[in-house]
Formats: sequence, structure tokens, C-alpha cells
Amino acid sequence: MEFILQPWPWYVSGPLIAIVMFSLIYFGKTFGMSSNLRTLCTIGGAGKYSDFFRFDWKAQRWNLTVVLGALIGGFIAVYLLSDHRPIALNPQTVADLSELGFKDAGQSLLPPEIYDWDYVLSIKGMGILIIAGFLVGFGTRYAGGCTSGHAITGLSNFQLPSLIAVIGFFIGGLLMTHFLLPLIFG
Amino acid sequence: MKFIKFFLVGIFFGIVLVKSEAVSWYRIIEMFKFQSFHMYGIIGSAVVLGGLGVWLIKKMKVKNIDGKVIQIPPKERSFTRYLFGGSIFGLGWALAGACPGPMYILVGTGVFSMLIVIAAAILGTFAYGVLKNKLPH
Repeated sequence: MEFILQPWPWYVSGPLIAIVMFSLIYFGKTFGMSSNLRTLCTIGGAGKYSDFFRFDWKAQRWNLTVVLGALIGGFIAVYLLSDHRPIALNPQTVADLSELGFKDAGQSLLPPEIYDWDYVLSIKGMGILIIAGFLVGFGTRYAGGCTSGHAITGLSNFQLPSLIAVIGFFIGGLLMTHFLLPLIFG
Repeated sequence: MKFIKFFLVGIFFGIVLVKSEAVSWYRIIEMFKFQSFHMYGIIGSAVVLGGLGVWLIKKMKVKNIDGKVIQIPPKERSFTRYLFGGSIFGLGWALAGACPGPMYILVGTGVFSMLIVIAAAILGTFAYGVLKNKLPH
């Protein structure tokens, strides 16, 4: 039980993610989480504005079910399967983040300096969440997939397009981490 | 009832991503700073095992639950959309610290402000759908 309650090492987690992908493939589907955002647009009536959203969303109900499960999985993991120890980050990361104003890095999954309501309800804080979400939604659909569809499934299927997409993920991520975060929070 | 297997896969996925700490903003930043092997180990081992499995599935013509030979649809050939779209996603990924799977999982962990990120991501997807024909692919 102790092994379950402590954080799982990468060599356990990675293969388990591969099992998620294989399960969905075996069930006749593919592993791709960002598609759900498109489905949600369609359910909301976006088909009126673009034929990109005119498809039978009911054929995607299985994937929305995965989303619902994932949400509940998150609840179970935190409230039933966790010993709530801090994340064992590289001390250098903690020091770097402290300089940017992020105190106690690793004490929670997400930084309170971005996700706590005190910050969220400021113009800057709200702007950060909206811009971040917008970039994720726009970028994943433009690229035709996210971490699950490209980095895991696409690379496992030896797809060159997915490799290009993953290189893009890193161009954007490195730019944000090394140049923009210091401007936004520094 | 036919959805229950997807529900269970989702629960498993949510648990694994929390227990691996891959849903943590801090782990994403640490990855982009190249200060830990953790995230590379997770994605790398998933891809190595995934690649081996997909190769075997194709070679042995493994059938799925419906008895059909498994085929994984190839990604459409292009360069621009993957590089541009990927980079835009990367910017958002490092800022929010969550990609489209973890977003939902993190709501389950009790971070309700993540719903704003999800709403904005839906809006971003909508904007892409509307602008699609004007963008270079």
C-alpha cells in the first residue's frame, strides 16, 4: 500500500500510460484528449459558424466518458491514494521559481500564485488563465493533437508529423519558460 | 453499459497522471528547464513501450474487441500546421502547466479555477475552427 500512496516513479507511470493507449486502441478508438474540446464546441452549437464543427458528436461520447473518468480518477488519486508529500523537484527549479515569486514550489500540484482565487480574480491572474487556455485550445487543434495524440500515440506509431508537432511543443514551451515567464512574473 | 470500459480507462488515466505528478505545473517547468529526467522518463518509456507494442500489433495483425485488424490512422502530411500549432500549444502548456488531459484531471483534484482554462481552451478551439481556412497548413 505504501508503494501506491507515494509518488509513482517514471518507469512505472510511463508504461501505465502506454497501457491506457493500448486499451483505447484495443477498444477500436485512439488516445487523444484534445479532440474533446472540438466535441464540446459542436455540442455548444459551433456548427453554425464553421463546418469544422459539423460532425456527429455522438460518435465521440466514448471520449467524453474518458474525460469524466479522468476527472474522477484525479479525485481518487488525491483523496484516497496519496500521502500528500511535496513533489521532489530539483532544488534548482525551486530556487529559480522562488526568484520569480513562486514560493513553496512543489508543496502542491499547482502554484497558488496562478490558480488560487485571490490571484485568479485579479485582471492579470484572469488574463493569464484565459490566454494560457486559449493557446492550448487553438494550438492543439491547429497541430491536430496534444501530448496524448502526438507525443504518445503519434510517436509510438512512428509518425513524422507528430515528431514535428512535439518539436513545436518544445519551441513554445522553452520560449514560455525561459523568456516569457520571467517577463510575466519577474 | 458499453461506455463503462471507457469510464474505467479514464479513471485509470486520471490516477496515473496524478500519481506520476505529470499534472503538476512545477514538473512541466522543471522539464522545460531540463532540470529533471522525470517527465522525459515518463514520456520516453511510454513511447518506447508504445512503439514496440504498435510494431507488434501491426506485424501480428492483432484484432481489436470488434474482431477487426487494428489500424492506427496515420497523421496527415504537412509541416507548417504541426510546427506552428505545436509551438502555440507549447506556449500555453508551459503557462497553464496543463495539457488537455490534465486540465480535467486537475478539476477532479479540486482546482476549480482550472474550469476557466478549460473554457478558454474551448474558445481557442472555436477560434481555430472559424479561422481554419485562413491559416497556413
